[in-house]
Amino acid sequence: MDMPAKKLGLKERYGLLTRDLHWDTTYQPMDKVFPYASYEGIKIHDWSKWEDPFRLTMDAYWKYQAEKERKLYAIMDAFAQNNGHLGVTDARYINTLKLFLTGVSPLEYMAHRGFAHVGRAFPGAGARVACQMQSLDEIRHFQTQIHSMSVYNKHYNGFHDWQHMHDRVWYLSVPKSFFDDAFTAGPFEFMIAIGFAFEYVLTNLLFVPFISGAAYNGDMGAMAFGFSAQSDESRHMTLGLEMIKFILEQDPDNVPIVQRWIDKWFWRGYRVLTLVAMMMDYMLPKRVMSWKEAWEIYAEENGGALFADLARYGIKPPKGWAQACADKDYLSHQAWNVFYNYGAAAPFHTWTPSAQDMDWLAAKYPDSFDKHYRPLWENYTEMAEKGNRFYSKTLPMLCQVCQIPMFFTEPGDPTKICYRESEYKGDKYHTCSDGCKDIFDYEPEKYVQSWLPVHQIYQGNCFERGTDPTAEGFDPLIAVLQWYHMNIGRDNFDFNGIEYGKGSEDKNNFEKWRAMSTGNM
Amino acid sequence: MSTVFIAFQNTDEVRGIVEAIMDDNPHAVIDMQPGMVKINAAGRLVIKRASIEEKLGRDFDLQEMHVHLVTLSGNIDEDDDEFVLAWKH
Repeated sequence: MDMPAKKLGLKERYGLLTRDLHWDTTYQPMDKVFPYASYEGIKIHDWSKWEDPFRLTMDAYWKYQAEKERKLYAIMDAFAQNNGHLGVTDARYINTLKLFLTGVSPLEYMAHRGFAHVGRAFPGAGARVACQMQSLDEIRHFQTQIHSMSVYNKHYNGFHDWQHMHDRVWYLSVPKSFFDDAFTAGPFEFMIAIGFAFEYVLTNLLFVPFISGAAYNGDMGAMAFGFSAQSDESRHMTLGLEMIKFILEQDPDNVPIVQRWIDKWFWRGYRVLTLVAMMMDYMLPKRVMSWKEAWEIYAEENGGALFADLARYGIKPPKGWAQACADKDYLSHQAWNVFYNYGAAAPFHTWTPSAQDMDWLAAKYPDSFDKHYRPLWENYTEMAEKGNRFYSKTLPMLCQVCQIPMFFTEPGDPTKICYRESEYKGDKYHTCSDGCKDIFDYEPEKYVQSWLPVHQIYQGNCFERGTDPTAEGFDPLIAVLQWYHMNIGRDNFDFNGIEYGKGSEDKNNFEKWRAMSTGNM
Repeated sequence: MSTVFIAFQNTDEVRGIVEAIMDDNPHAVIDMQPGMVKINAAGRLVIKRASIEEKLGRDFDLQEMHVHLVTLSGNIDEDDDEFVLAWKH
């Protein structure tokens, strides 16, 4: 009788199912089959040295992903069946989902495309398989996010046309241009940009507080997709870390190229996370932790350990690291102030923090809140209560690189706006920081092409076709919002209502429906 | 010494996994957060298949952890019996 063959170990299975499927082409030279593998200057001598520490093979991948999907959809069904949307803390919370759906979910789709592209571009089988899995993960995230947030679209405003908005709305050009920048780079830069700098160094700051925030605020739907996506993130982070170690070990000439990408992409990613900072400190009715605390745990402590580990290759912490750490006392407050100012032009609601919220902020930010920001919020609230809710009607100057309005302050002086200026072919370009200026100055031919929303509005490119800006009574702001497909008066303005105190539709509906669900109205 | 960490969704099955990890890593510290449980450990954390099987009372494939993972930090070394997180310095 034949004995059954001994089951192969994990390392053997992984070897057989990845690199043993690879062959060098003979009908066509390898450099024609993989045309993007060398132009960035990265030297790879031996792709077989690539190690995926998870050693996940395609068959195991499908098995566990299927299990994740079944879990997720069971929760989403239960959430919808039980009117889960009425169980969240209050309707302010729902605005964090609007920000996520318009700002982050479209990036998941771009990540899907990006990893499919770079996976195809790498001549090594191990890296190709890992990128293929990540590409599939990313489209799963995109789809499950849309699906789970669709339940909110049935009841609340601002969810109806997120992809259209992502391609047009002023602050959404921040995440959009970030990913477009990575996507148009070479495959190795993309891996450092997204796989390493974003996934490994920064993604915990996006997803962990967001999911924990969802759980804390009673949102089982967002919590479920968030956790399901995050279960893939550990693999993505690992891919990013393995990729950078692999590149650095292959050739010492790779070190300065990688260092420059780390400097650039840490700063690009950090700027995008400005939106997360204000979400954590101002938008979640019930807060998990402050931005500052999250930064200390996930960036300073964890990133510190990471860069100490990479020091053996000659890699230093990113150039903007110290400034990002110093700015943690100011970032969220400055950002929410800008959104409060432009609350008429964003498809979600803004509000001033309550007295209780301000006490929480003061306790979390003892060195900055009472001194710089409490007086601001108290003044705004007083103005609003007197019927004069402040909305800025002029358009802000944007940074040429991160595309964020120029509200960031000088290092060491939170009362002075930071402006940097560069000249290229006779034109002046403005950036918000030394970090963004360095990025611009190294590749000006790329960043002069930025599609800056404010410039585009002033050039007349952001109105519906057939709009006549010379017509009597023409209101450019309204015309731009129509082009965004915003429902003016429903999606935008203060959470407490266009007429302050009467409530936005979201606020009023939530309170009415909640009362109906807990009594017999 | 730098800290490694691993975080899981707070689920029924994860309770057994966490118990096994804490038995095998006396220097580890649990940090409970909304919906999730994070384990921090100075330098190194080892997760053993046999210990988890003991706690769950069934066979366990270490790759099943993928279903529950939230995030981790450190260099990974995994085979059929152990999953190790460590910083090299």
